[in-house]
Amino acid sequence: MSDLIRKDASELAGLVSSGEVSAVEVAQAHLDRIAAVDGDVHAFLHVDTAGALASAAAVDVKVKAGDKLSVLAGVPLGLKDILATNGLPTTCGSRVLDGWIPPYDATVVTKLREAGVVILGKTNMDEFAMGSSTEHSAFGPTHNPWDLERIPGGSGGGSSACVSSFEAPLAIGTDTGGSIRQPAAVTGSVGVKPTYGGVSRYGIVALASSLDQAGPCARNVLDTALLHSVIAGHDPMDATSINAPVPDVIAAAKRADIKGMKVGIVKELGGEGYQAGVRSRFEESVALIESLGAEVVEVSCPSFPAALAAYYLILPSEASSNLAKFDGIRFGNRVGDDGTKSVEQVMSETRAAGFGSEVIRRIILGTYALSAGYYDAYYGQAQKVRTLIKQDFDAAFAKVDVLISPTAPTTAFKIGEKLDDPLAMYLNDVATIPVNMAGLPGMSLPIGLAPEDNLPVGLQIIAPAMADDRLYNVGAAIERELLAKWGGPILGMAPELAGA
Amino acid sequence: MSGISQEDVAHLANLARINIPADQLGHYAKQLDAILNAVAEVSSLDTENVVAMSHPVPMTNVFREDIPGVSLTAEQALSGAPAVEDERFKVPRILDEE
Repeated sequence: MSDLIRKDASELAGLVSSGEVSAVEVAQAHLDRIAAVDGDVHAFLHVDTAGALASAAAVDVKVKAGDKLSVLAGVPLGLKDILATNGLPTTCGSRVLDGWIPPYDATVVTKLREAGVVILGKTNMDEFAMGSSTEHSAFGPTHNPWDLERIPGGSGGGSSACVSSFEAPLAIGTDTGGSIRQPAAVTGSVGVKPTYGGVSRYGIVALASSLDQAGPCARNVLDTALLHSVIAGHDPMDATSINAPVPDVIAAAKRADIKGMKVGIVKELGGEGYQAGVRSRFEESVALIESLGAEVVEVSCPSFPAALAAYYLILPSEASSNLAKFDGIRFGNRVGDDGTKSVEQVMSETRAAGFGSEVIRRIILGTYALSAGYYDAYYGQAQKVRTLIKQDFDAAFAKVDVLISPTAPTTAFKIGEKLDDPLAMYLNDVATIPVNMAGLPGMSLPIGLAPEDNLPVGLQIIAPAMADDRLYNVGAAIERELLAKWGGPILGMAPELAGA
Repeated sequence: MSGISQEDVAHLANLARINIPADQLGHYAKQLDAILNAVAEVSSLDTENVVAMSHPVPMTNVFREDIPGVSLTAEQALSGAPAVEDERFKVPRILDEE
């Protein structure tokens, strides 16, 4: 197997732009890796060999011509299958969209193509991004490279697994309640949910429009920042896109200096319900942060214990509306249209055949929460809790520069363990959800392995809106110390995959 | 404020246009009941005088100049449709015969 697959994105971009290695060689090395190990990992739903090699060849032409290249030209990437790709299948992990080929690109995809990033294919996910394990994909689960019997997180488990199994140095995820950060945490990779509105949502199939945000996944903080800088920015095609300069995340990742910063531990996100090894690694990082000259204080966000409940009313409510368009009329599959049935009957059969059980549960729940008579008690009340969560964050950020917590309460659990217990599954996102509710940026950074199971643990870093650069500064400072302590990247400790 | 019956699930499934088989209604009712009991926690906080929040960023209308641009052709827009006739989406029967 080529050494190229273990290199950082920044290093690969340097090799390509200097002409030392061609972008085609880099793409081929990663395609070979996918061919060797993805039978076991199942990170990809669709591999676009021809498209990847063609876009790599286009980068090589520019290198030869001496054209100016972007910071990630020629670097391969896995794209979550929720972003529309012109000419490439886009399923959202759902049978209802099996075979659908969008006629346009999401803005994020347009930006990646313009930057010469080589899209290897589309990555697996929980159906319509509903889940924390990727087990709810209609096309079978993705397996965690650290232990193939365990989940890679979700909903973006394909993106986290392709990065952590060296199939791609970069991936794009989307994060509605933790779907970038929790998969990063349980696979030992880095994932960032940018500020809401920081990255365009145009062409991304909506789950819950007020919460969804696309973001970068990579194996280290600098690579994550480079990808962030490529995809972020104002987009007139998205009315919720923020029209302001993108924070300089690359400079922040290079600064890596937290001396004099104030860091807050969120009292409500930790302790009971968190695995012992998650807690011990978190406490070690607190000590590390202090040793780097930052002041660490505890802050209380008293409304956070109700965040999970509010989220599981707001998300299903928005999803029940957003997913109404999957009715077999304008795109996707149609079931039962034999000429005798009404449009309502055909829609009902199409949706029953096309949606998995978790999607059906959440649509029914959302339909209930929005019903006349229940609206105020459920959806209306959840929106008020959302205000309280935002006020808690505002009060906290009046005292500190960033907040920290464990990203997820446990390490990766076994496939099948929580599949038919929705409430147990929902608890995986207990620490990540408040961030989406307030629209803030958050990062998950690997901070070591839990001693009891030797599986990765993630640290969540949270910053105020449009202060995404703080995540990268703090993350890079901690990462530098941990790399020195470990003697190399955490993924170097992962077992070799058998197919390699 | 919860308690969801099989009949409720059947009614909601009809509203959501999902044809749930009768033998699965009980399973969904049980799970939804458990979820509704858990999400009832939203009532545990004092929200008197709290304004509801629908979006994390201020929602203001966004205008653009009325300039013609390139959009999808009819062929492209219809490319993913399950049934097409005469450059239009072909749909099942809309009106009842009665």
